[in-house]
Amino acid sequence: MDAAEQILRGNRLALARWLTQIENDLPQGQILLDQLFSHSGHSAIIGITGPSGSGKSTLVNRLALELANTENTNPISIAVLAVDPSSPFSGGALLGDRVRMRDLMEHPEIFIRSLATRGVLGGLARAANEMVLALETAGFDIILVETAGVGQSEVDIARLAHSTLVIEAPGLGDDIQAAKAGILEIADIIVVNKADKSGADATARALQAMLQIEMELKPVPNSNQCWKVPVIKTSALNSEGIPILKQTIQQHQDWLRASGEWQNRAQARMRDLFERLLQENFFRKWQENLPEFEKDQLLAAIQSQKISPYRAVRQILSD
Amino acid sequence: MNRKIRVLIAKPGLDGHDRGAKVIARALRDAGMEVIYTGLRQTPEMIANAALQEDVDAIGLSILSGAHMTLIPHVMELLKINGQTDICVFVGGIIPDEDARALLELGIRAVYGPGTPTSKVIEDLMRFVQ
Repeated sequence: MDAAEQILRGNRLALARWLTQIENDLPQGQILLDQLFSHSGHSAIIGITGPSGSGKSTLVNRLALELANTENTNPISIAVLAVDPSSPFSGGALLGDRVRMRDLMEHPEIFIRSLATRGVLGGLARAANEMVLALETAGFDIILVETAGVGQSEVDIARLAHSTLVIEAPGLGDDIQAAKAGILEIADIIVVNKADKSGADATARALQAMLQIEMELKPVPNSNQCWKVPVIKTSALNSEGIPILKQTIQQHQDWLRASGEWQNRAQARMRDLFERLLQENFFRKWQENLPEFEKDQLLAAIQSQKISPYRAVRQILSD
Repeated sequence: MNRKIRVLIAKPGLDGHDRGAKVIARALRDAGMEVIYTGLRQTPEMIANAALQEDVDAIGLSILSGAHMTLIPHVMELLKINGQTDICVFVGGIIPDEDARALLELGIRAVYGPGTPTSKVIEDLMRFVQ
């Protein structure tokens, strides 16, 4: 049985090895995706983002369990991709999200994969999109993607996930912080976690007010067809608010399908992936043909103020 | 190609002393490796399953509770069942010499006692995994 067959049959070691190949940009990884790509497109992708300290991993832990809890109906298979930042100095990373996911680790059928950003900004890793594709072909019903959570520019997740959850917590900054561009704008659902802490209600109210202003600033002709971003309070540690969150996610997914947004987002995601792969491959190909000596010479000329960087680049491009 | 060495650091059993494990985890990160740190109270099943899902090159087990002769062979057994015998497994903690010898015979690549310089662990790992 070849690797593709094994993956389709649920062999998780084969899947894990494939994810490594994709992450390291190895040809075997690409070949497998060529073979299995037609099996993708059937998973619900849920993004979880938010500042460090908001309790994302703890929430993912409880949410995944809740999502997997289908009682009498058909079992739902779940995969989790947890991203953590790479050190810009050593290139290494401490991938510690599993510490908060102990409950999930007791369910070996829930697939958890930790990955490092490896120098890419935006909250995800370079190959996160392709790794999600791989997980889709392996047949997971739901794929949770937790971003690295180190800044406000973590918006790439919105272009990958169907539903994006932004997790906030009381005491992480005042409401002006919340209004800063980026992270709130990508939310399909806002979660105020650590709801047991003081200030949680105030935080939720401030976020509601922010959303209200957003809605008034951007009136939409058919506002009944719009999705109204809700603010949900949870305490992941105490398992509170999780069933409501699960329900809200389901409602969002239903709305996505009914409104055609599901298709729009999936198509936008593929467009992004295609563009990025084209860029990377063109650049790599071009770099291979670039004469190192000429490049070094031009660099030396720039560094001794003899020619401008723009001129140097034009010269290389015109070769 | 951006290949990194991926190492799982785990504390099996009920031992709560995680300072050593954390020190190693940080040292390996500073040496450019990707360290999947799973924390305390891991069962051998959880460790083997994590090693599989994360497709790690190496596993570092930290045990100061004395339960190493039960827990470690169990982990090795599970790795074998899962088809991952090529993973480099190393152990740190309080391990008497004769137990260390037995563990090496079981396939453990190295046993590090307290006070082992992190540079040694890193050097060994780089060699073992290549």
